Amino acid sequence: MSVIFLMTTIVLYFIGTGFFLAYLVRRSEALSRVSLIITGIGFLSHSMAVVARMMADNHVLLTSSHDAISFFSWALVLVFLIVELRHRIHILGSFILPLALISLVSAAALPTEVPTLEPVLKTVWLHVTLSILGTVGFAVAFVAGIMYLIQDRLLKSKRFNVLYAKLPPLDFLDNLNQQSIVLGFPLLTLGIIVGAVSAEFAKGSFVSWNPEQTWALVTWVFYCAVLVGRLTVGWRAKRAAYLTIIGFAGVILTFIGVVVKGHGSGA
Amino acid sequence: MHVIVVGLSHKTAPIEVREKLAVPASRLGEALHRLCVYPGIKEGFLLSTCNRVEVYAVVDNMDAGYVGVQNFLADTHLALSADELTPHLYRHIDDRAIAHLFRVAASLDSMVVGEPQILGQMKEAFEAALTHKASGMILNKLVKKAISVAKRVRTETKIAESAVSVSYAAVELAKKIFSNLKEKTVLLVGAGEMAKLAAQHLVNHGIRRVMITTRDTTSAVELAKRFNGLPIPFDEFRHEMAEADIVLCSTGASHYLIRTEDVQRAVRLRMNRPIFLIDISVPRNIDPAVRDIDNAFLFDIDDLETRVEQNREDRRCEAVKAEHLVDAEVGIIQQWMKSLEVRPLIVALRKRAEEIKQTELEKTLTRLKHLSPEDQEAIAGLASAVVNKLLHGSLVTLKAEADSAAGALYLEAARRFFNLVDDGAGHTPSMESQSATNESPASIPVRDPVTASQPSAAELHPVQRSSKAGRSSV
Repeated sequence: MSVIFLMTTIVLYFIGTGFFLAYLVRRSEALSRVSLIITGIGFLSHSMAVVARMMADNHVLLTSSHDAISFFSWALVLVFLIVELRHRIHILGSFILPLALISLVSAAALPTEVPTLEPVLKTVWLHVTLSILGTVGFAVAFVAGIMYLIQDRLLKSKRFNVLYAKLPPLDFLDNLNQQSIVLGFPLLTLGIIVGAVSAEFAKGSFVSWNPEQTWALVTWVFYCAVLVGRLTVGWRAKRAAYLTIIGFAGVILTFIGVVVKGHGSGA
Repeated sequence: MHVIVVGLSHKTAPIEVREKLAVPASRLGEALHRLCVYPGIKEGFLLSTCNRVEVYAVVDNMDAGYVGVQNFLADTHLALSADELTPHLYRHIDDRAIAHLFRVAASLDSMVVGEPQILGQMKEAFEAALTHKASGMILNKLVKKAISVAKRVRTETKIAESAVSVSYAAVELAKKIFSNLKEKTVLLVGAGEMAKLAAQHLVNHGIRRVMITTRDTTSAVELAKRFNGLPIPFDEFRHEMAEADIVLCSTGASHYLIRTEDVQRAVRLRMNRPIFLIDISVPRNIDPAVRDIDNAFLFDIDDLETRVEQNREDRRCEAVKAEHLVDAEVGIIQQWMKSLEVRPLIVALRKRAEEIKQTELEKTLTRLKHLSPEDQEAIAGLASAVVNKLLHGSLVTLKAEADSAAGALYLEAARRFFNLVDDGAGHTPSMESQSATNESPASIPVRDPVTASQPSAAELHPVQRSSKAGRSSV
């Protein structure tokens, strides 16, 4: 059942992405309405997929990479819809939906079986949920950063095209970037703490210093620096945009590392 | 009955002619009274702006109407002869006149397409026409519709969305850098006209804090009063620049007043918050190398003009959409105009019935001479009752359907069913019933009824007459 919903969602997000990308270059405002409706339906279908998966196996969610990445995609679209409702920045969808689509497709490509966990590792779902919510924050910051750089470039080169007209003001993007990190960073921190504590219970050490755990910690330190730098010495605007883009690349690498290594061990 | 427009605009007449014809608001009432005295003009509406002078009128006869309005315009200014004036005039009738009115209101005919002033000017002109009772039912409806069409055009197309003046382009750019202008500060360097205008626009769009600096302190203080701002000594403004989110520069200086190091320092002090610099001076007052500084956005007069030119192009595209919208609305209002013909039709129908009744009664009663006067009266009563009962349903339906979209169809049907052919003769009063619904019946001096009631071959309805009797009685 969940597979049908998941496939429906992928198809809908695919169409929605198409419309959203067309919206980037075409003047028509109707395109954004169509893509928003499709995204909304896709989101409902995705929610059904998540629920159906929980019901079907009666398993604790988010213990497989498939579930984790699928949840990331779901939360990303949820955040987009919330921002869209509050600020009516349709063009955000043109950047976020492709990201949600890619992650959902990669989730679908991953095996769906749930790893059998030792009872002591059952708390892993909390670790994963928190880490993923933090990652969603970084993803939004990443998207805001890209949009910021584009708008900055367009303004600097005086290219007042369709994209320029649709992109929101620079300081809105900078604020979105800041807020996403301010919300995402504590969630990730909590996620890492929960992970470390459960690792301590399971394996007797907080950190096992495998490559992806090391990467995760490096990423965490990096975002910590970005946040502190912004709040104290004015690492905002263009610099913040670059930093959050680099940071998100680190996050993706960690993700890939976790997935390649296998399920369940966690970062 | 026709709606006509005669006028001239920036497209047809030079300023020398327009300024002579222009009617100041204070003299609009007098002009409207004068307009309505011309023979054949039943309703009048005068629109006079710096770019156009137009007279809209409801007339019975097209040619007489044109002549009347043209004479009115030629008489407006002593130094203007009809020969001088005529080549500049355009004349439209009925649907084209209505379309013209709608296009003017929607700012599709303006010098700067999409500019918003014309709508306000039309509203004022309409107020004047109402106050002086120059416009009547038809023009009232048309102008009101024109105003609502203009509003529709503004909301449904992007015709008025983009900036088409340099000073306004500055505001538009500011809004692409700052989402909320209310909390921002603008620093005005120099007192150039364009910069003042741009500052005014920024204040209108929410900027609360204005700092002003000019070489001579008195004009800074003066400007500070105007913008409710803060004057700053000229040799210190570079230090205050970090305070400003927007710097508007327009002085007569022949060298760079703001150099890269000034801006770099400001950006550093602002902890990389973006700073928006507008240089409207020629020669330029801000070093162009400032463009390369991160988080500083410099635009000079050429940049702003490029933006304006692009926006003009955009407006031209939106204008095409607006034209379609106007066309559709003209179609709707034309239906209404047609439905107006119901009143003369009803009168004609009654008259036709009355004629038939009388003829038949006479025929019958001459044969029945033996009847007593009471019996003859009874027969006459019977005939009246039959005619009235028969007509009643049709008349009620006609009245009810007249305002509907299909009104014109009903009228045509009634005309054919009752064989009411427009023979151009037997004109009966048609406007008495109209005057009852007149929103602003004009009480104007009595005019020559002969000229006013000349029928035109183009008229569809069978009965017509000057509304003078009906309107001046109110």
